[in-house]
Amino acid sequence: MDQTPVLSLSQVSKAFGAVRAVREVSLELFPGEAHALAGENGAGKSTLVKILSGVHRPDSGRILLDGEPVEFGGPADAQAAGVAVIYQEPTLFPDLSVMENIFMGRQPRARLGIDRRAMRAEAAELFARLGVHLDPDQPARGLSIADQQLVEIAKALSRQARVLIMDEPTAALSGQEVARLFGVAKALREQGCALLFVSHRLEEMFELCQRVTTLRDGGFVAVDPIADITPDDLVRRMVGRELEALFPKQETTAGEIALEVRRLTREGVFTDVSFEVRRGEIVALAGLVGAGRSEVARAVFGIDRWDAGSVEVDGRRLRPASPTAAMAAGLALVPEDRRQQGLVMDLSIERNIGLAGLAAVRRGPLISRPAERARARDWAVRLRLKFARLTDPVNVLSGGNQQKVVLAKWLARRPSVLIVDEPTRGIDVGTKAEVHRLLSELSGNGVAVLMISSELPEVLGMADRVLVMHEGRLVAEIARGDATEERVMAAATGRSAA
Amino acid sequence: MTATATRPQAARRNGGRRLVDRVARVRELGIVVALGVLFGVTGAVNPGFLSYASLRDILLNSAIVALLAVGQTLVVITRNVDLSVSSVVGLSAFGGALVLADSPGVPIPVVVAGCVVLGAACGAVNGLLVGVAKVPALVATLGTLYAFRGIDYAWAGGRQVNAADMPEGFLALGTRSVLGIPLPALVALAVLLVAGWMLGNLRAGRELYAIGSNPEAAVLAGIRVRRRIVAAFVANGALAGLAGVLWAARFGTVDATVATGKELDVIAAVVVGGVAIFGGSGTVYGAALGALLLSSITSALAVLRVDALAQTAINGALLIAAIVLDRLLALRVAAALRRRRFRDAR
Repeated sequence: MDQTPVLSLSQVSKAFGAVRAVREVSLELFPGEAHALAGENGAGKSTLVKILSGVHRPDSGRILLDGEPVEFGGPADAQAAGVAVIYQEPTLFPDLSVMENIFMGRQPRARLGIDRRAMRAEAAELFARLGVHLDPDQPARGLSIADQQLVEIAKALSRQARVLIMDEPTAALSGQEVARLFGVAKALREQGCALLFVSHRLEEMFELCQRVTTLRDGGFVAVDPIADITPDDLVRRMVGRELEALFPKQETTAGEIALEVRRLTREGVFTDVSFEVRRGEIVALAGLVGAGRSEVARAVFGIDRWDAGSVEVDGRRLRPASPTAAMAAGLALVPEDRRQQGLVMDLSIERNIGLAGLAAVRRGPLISRPAERARARDWAVRLRLKFARLTDPVNVLSGGNQQKVVLAKWLARRPSVLIVDEPTRGIDVGTKAEVHRLLSELSGNGVAVLMISSELPEVLGMADRVLVMHEGRLVAEIARGDATEERVMAAATGRSAA
Repeated sequence: MTATATRPQAARRNGGRRLVDRVARVRELGIVVALGVLFGVTGAVNPGFLSYASLRDILLNSAIVALLAVGQTLVVITRNVDLSVSSVVGLSAFGGALVLADSPGVPIPVVVAGCVVLGAACGAVNGLLVGVAKVPALVATLGTLYAFRGIDYAWAGGRQVNAADMPEGFLALGTRSVLGIPLPALVALAVLLVAGWMLGNLRAGRELYAIGSNPEAAVLAGIRVRRRIVAAFVANGALAGLAGVLWAARFGTVDATVATGKELDVIAAVVVGGVAIFGGSGTVYGAALGALLLSSITSALAVLRVDALAQTAINGALLIAAIVLDRLLALRVAAALRRRRFRDAR
């Protein structure tokens, strides 16, 4: 390409303490081009995004804007230069309205103060462009993750940026919403906006982007025109080795019923949900985001109270609204949002692993540190956790390794029923395969696994049975042999009750 | 979607919005109702409570705390707190009184302005400690609470300034009424309206809420967090300086112990007024109403001949009741939002 890139990085490096997150990486973003950034978790993608958005300053190397070197002192500088970012984790103000979230710091002004009417109209217009039904006056608190992500997207669009960076924008979105987003993204690209697209979904990169830069372990691997490579090539570049089969579910014979949920209802959230999970079985709970799947899991585990129905574990009724009772009965829940719900981010790896099993490492009234450490080390090794020291806080780990810590915390309790909510969201391909192998192994050892997942290949590859929820109800149960993408999606979108 | 399908859906959504708005606004409405009940009941038992003199006293007593509550709200909204306000009031009251007593030539407006600037300077110290040096507000302002009071003690050296030492024109500021309303109450009202408008209608005001609601997101949104936090502390300090002058004018007798312990009354008023102690929500109107409610209760309990010792306990119980109510309301709002989301999803 003969034009100047809008924004480029030249030989940029960034280290956090001893961890070299990014090493001498170069990247060029051209107007009217969508550029994909590929790499496993921990490869340095998010750090690179944060350098481009002014959150982190590079230790060495240069940022060039229209070919001229610039320094971003903070996010405000990057925004002034025309860089807008959709971050992986929504960054909303829960107390403020949706429209204020979109326009914070850039609210339209009237002669005196903020022009609320103009702000409302502009927000409504953005939502119309995205094809979503959101009330601009509604507070951001209480929005589903998908809606939060849509607000983030509206926010980025409203900046009319020259460079739009999207860090995993589609992780929480349904197929229809992704299609809308891509429609808008393509329109922006045609208007001459430069896009940087970060995703773990390879098919999305291939649909949207023209070139792809691959990172591995913080270093630059290659930049390729996307037309010249295949998804398999890309995976090989990311992982640096050949991958085994992605979904290695072992054949197991289902045993007795371990978890039985009968007519469970929580008013306004889900209605009349009944199913059972047997020992040695992996049952997937599929459906669109917001269908009530995570909410069912939360109620079964006793986090939220149910209004009607019952839950039995190994034939014994569970006391409602008590996670303690659920854990004592042998239940474990790996939640959807590991940063908020699964981990104490500032605590060390060993303490996080120990959290759910403090009783096991107790000596009298005190916690035995050696016992806690031994247990943590044991599970860290079993799950092939990559870490420097067990005393490091978990927030220095990559997403995939953080997920392993959450899994270790619960597996150390040796549960009889394991509920995993989006176990591989935001996790790189290599770790994904490891998590799948692990779930398969667990079911082989007689654990009953209930897996909530929005990724159809994962659902189809892993599950013995697929349950599908739509708008708070269980609408379909599909056996492994009969499960196809079309059938699951049809049920999830309410087009048919199989 | 057809037009016929859109309309009922929109109507439902508006219905849901109205419900949530109502419940959210109850925070202030609830205090107004409580005030009404308080005045109704106390007035029925002792009609003297509703006399002009009594109401005027209540307004006078609540004006200074209300002024401080407005300032404190600016800080609390950003997920911080300023414990040092009472010491700033003390420093400003004593400094102002001393200048008036020892240098009669200095015009009164200059003294008032000087006290406001002194307060703003104290606020800047707090703001720099919290916003720039990243010392937690609770610790930083606890430190300056003692430091400012210490400066006050050292300056006073045991001296007391009496009403007789100060010009009449100055003392009138604390007692004179305009249109039957005491001047300090009018000052507090003016400050309240200006601060309320700024918080609701200026970018800077909305950014204070944003910072308190999600500090990390505020940084990512390009908000100059440091500058805004320092500004909130400076504004609060300036208002505390102003409150100090009013204190000196109202009470006439000023020594180094003025307003000791008042910071807790101020924070109580802010919390009763529905300002979330962890930032992000609440209004200055609520905080000022909270100040009015708390001082009205004190007056009412005196009129009802409740033991002065029991009054403190009753104030404490009301504070806890206010927090419990706040929490219950928050849960109700969450439930309403949940149901609404579910409906909208269909």
